Amino acid sequence: MKLNKQQTTHPLDDLLRIDRIPHIWCPGCGIGTAFSSCLIAMKESGIDLKKTVMVSGIGCSGRGAGYVNLDSYHTTHGRAIPFATGMKLANPELNVVVFSGDGDLFAIGGNHFIHAARRNVDLTVVCVNNFNYGMTGGQVAATTPYLSMTTTTPMGNPDTPFNLPLMAYASGATYVARWTILHARDLTESIEEAILKRGFSFVEVLSPCPINYGRRNKEKPIDTLKTYQEKTIIKNDAHPTELGIDFDRGIILGKFVDTNLPTCSDRYDNTCRPKDLFEEEGEGI
Amino acid sequence: MNPAVLTGEHFMTGDVACAEGALAAGCRFFGGYPITPATEIAEQIAERLPEVGGTFIQMEDEIAAIASVIGASCAGVKSMTATSGPGFSLMMENIGLAACTETPCVIVDVQRAGPSTGLPTQGAQSDMMQARWGSHGDYEIIALAPSSPQDTFYQTIRAFNLSETYRLPVLIMSDEIIGHISERVIIPEARTIKTVSRPRPKGRKDRFKPFQPGPNGVAPMAIAGEGYNIHVTGLTHDEKGYPVMTVEAQEEMMTRIIGKVSRNLHDIIQTESYRMDDAEIAVISYGVSTRTSLAAVDEAREMGIKAGLLRLITVWPFPEDQIRKLAERVKGFVTVEINLGQIHYEVERCAAGKAPAFLVGHPGGTIIPPDSVIETLKTAF
Ligand SMILES: Cc1ncc(C[n+]2csc(CCOP(=O)(O)OP(=O)(O)O)c2C)c(N)n1
Ligand code: SF4
Ligand SMILES: [Mg+2]
Repeated sequence: MKLNKQQTTHPLDDLLRIDRIPHIWCPGCGIGTAFSSCLIAMKESGIDLKKTVMVSGIGCSGRGAGYVNLDSYHTTHGRAIPFATGMKLANPELNVVVFSGDGDLFAIGGNHFIHAARRNVDLTVVCVNNFNYGMTGGQVAATTPYLSMTTTTPMGNPDTPFNLPLMAYASGATYVARWTILHARDLTESIEEAILKRGFSFVEVLSPCPINYGRRNKEKPIDTLKTYQEKTIIKNDAHPTELGIDFDRGIILGKFVDTNLPTCSDRYDNTCRPKDLFEEEGEGI
Repeated sequence: MNPAVLTGEHFMTGDVACAEGALAAGCRFFGGYPITPATEIAEQIAERLPEVGGTFIQMEDEIAAIASVIGASCAGVKSMTATSGPGFSLMMENIGLAACTETPCVIVDVQRAGPSTGLPTQGAQSDMMQARWGSHGDYEIIALAPSSPQDTFYQTIRAFNLSETYRLPVLIMSDEIIGHISERVIIPEARTIKTVSRPRPKGRKDRFKPFQPGPNGVAPMAIAGEGYNIHVTGLTHDEKGYPVMTVEAQEEMMTRIIGKVSRNLHDIIQTESYRMDDAEIAVISYGVSTRTSLAAVDEAREMGIKAGLLRLITVWPFPEDQIRKLAERVKGFVTVEINLGQIHYEVERCAAGKAPAFLVGHPGGTIIPPDSVIETLKTAF
């Protein structure tokens, strides 16, 4: 197919690896929207993009790093956060954005998430939560709602999903928000705030996976979007304990945590290389 | 405050010498997780890194430790981790990531007896095959085996230099005995220590291909934040770094990452010969077992047995040519190692039936006494 020049330009072109398009995401998938919100936020935040890095794990969402025209690292399943931690601590000048999926960040990588939040590593973590493992064909995730159908819970999910903002809050994150891809403007603003925040920031994005999750739960792509509109309420500063995922009761969106604390690097410098000690002894000899 | 290179004469353990070697080599990031008998490396470097402008972090597990090390290296800092068997097992997937993404890093395995939790405080050399093949897929790796604290100091520097030269993970296969033994270590003056840093790109950023090999098969490495907008992935990728899911791309990438080692064996492989000139029996050993073997060779010579020792300083890549050539002229091989036969089978493979190969092994927990070696030298030939 031949496209004319007008059709091929897009405001985000400079941030995209155009030579890698078409992307792998299915029609109706929400990852693309979450991804463009992330790119717009990076651009609008005014940060030095040359010093900005995207790190992803493995999954459909984890393919984000492959499409952004910045230094970008597509790592192993679950390990985007510790990889990003090493990168940030080795060069604190870098802005490090982790873009990955719910399975990647909260099942196989869950331990890393809570520890990076506890240490307040200055990272921005954007999690595309599509309630399942999209890439491997729709298996149950640590975020799959109770009784939802997936290929590995053929009778419905017997388990309770994680409340991700609560986990982030309890672990010490300094910025926590949740939106859906339908709330693209709020989402973009949140990601921008998260990027500008010095500290561990977490943005959860609820996102449809029509091919695997939607289909098995008899949810057409449009139904999912309707749910995102009708079954959500925006309640900034809601207490994180109220944020469990239950579509029958309704889902709370908004910004829940926004505070300032010394980062991992700040604390390391203050504790392990206090200035006075270094200066004094340096002069002594 | 101490300098990065602790020039002088010291009495230190192999683990401490390893940490000091790393600092002398320019290591400025260490991501670790405690495990006997490697913990002292982390403890030493945790104290030393901040005073030389580096960063230490104890991660939440060994998977995180190796991931942080690869991330730090991609940010341009020479990086290392140290562990023992159980942690080494956990690191395997990401060692493959470092091999595939051609990210320099150094991983120390202070071996203890396994499998599983095994004998946590007692030595072995039973992770040697895991060092070679532990991560999935085909790849080449470099593994060095130090045989004393002094040697650990030098091998650690060499590990960094090789990893930076060839852009790959380099393993230091120490063991509990070498890690914990205290001996004299002389640290030379900083200006006499040769350190190497990875090749870096020059020229136009828009034309740069991050995996296009240079003359020795190694591509210059752009680091995060330099403005090259590189993409780095563990998926099979082309010279641009972009994923390509084809048989041809797989073959091209594999040829490149394997070729870096196979084309530079002369630089990578180091061995040491002792009384080999007229030897009729070649004792092959590495690491702590070299010490056993040295004593055994001397004693055997006194008994009139013409034995010599070939010490493998580089264990991987395996010195195949040397063993093949030896097989043409010796009566046989005796491999001495604290396991039930790992490098022994490599020796046997390379001897290819031209000379018999025997193992003096042990399931781990202690060193091999020279007497066991002499017994085999006396009875096998
Ligand atoms: C160690 C390891 N285990 C399993 C896999 C297979 N795998 C690939 S993606 C994935 C799940 C991804 O789920 P999620 O992070 O939610 O991403 P999504 O595809 O839903 O965006 C799994 C299990 C893998 N690549 N590596
Ligand atoms: S499988 Fe699901 S998550 Fe993956 S691209 Fe398709 S719709 Fe998106
Ligand atoms: Mg998912």
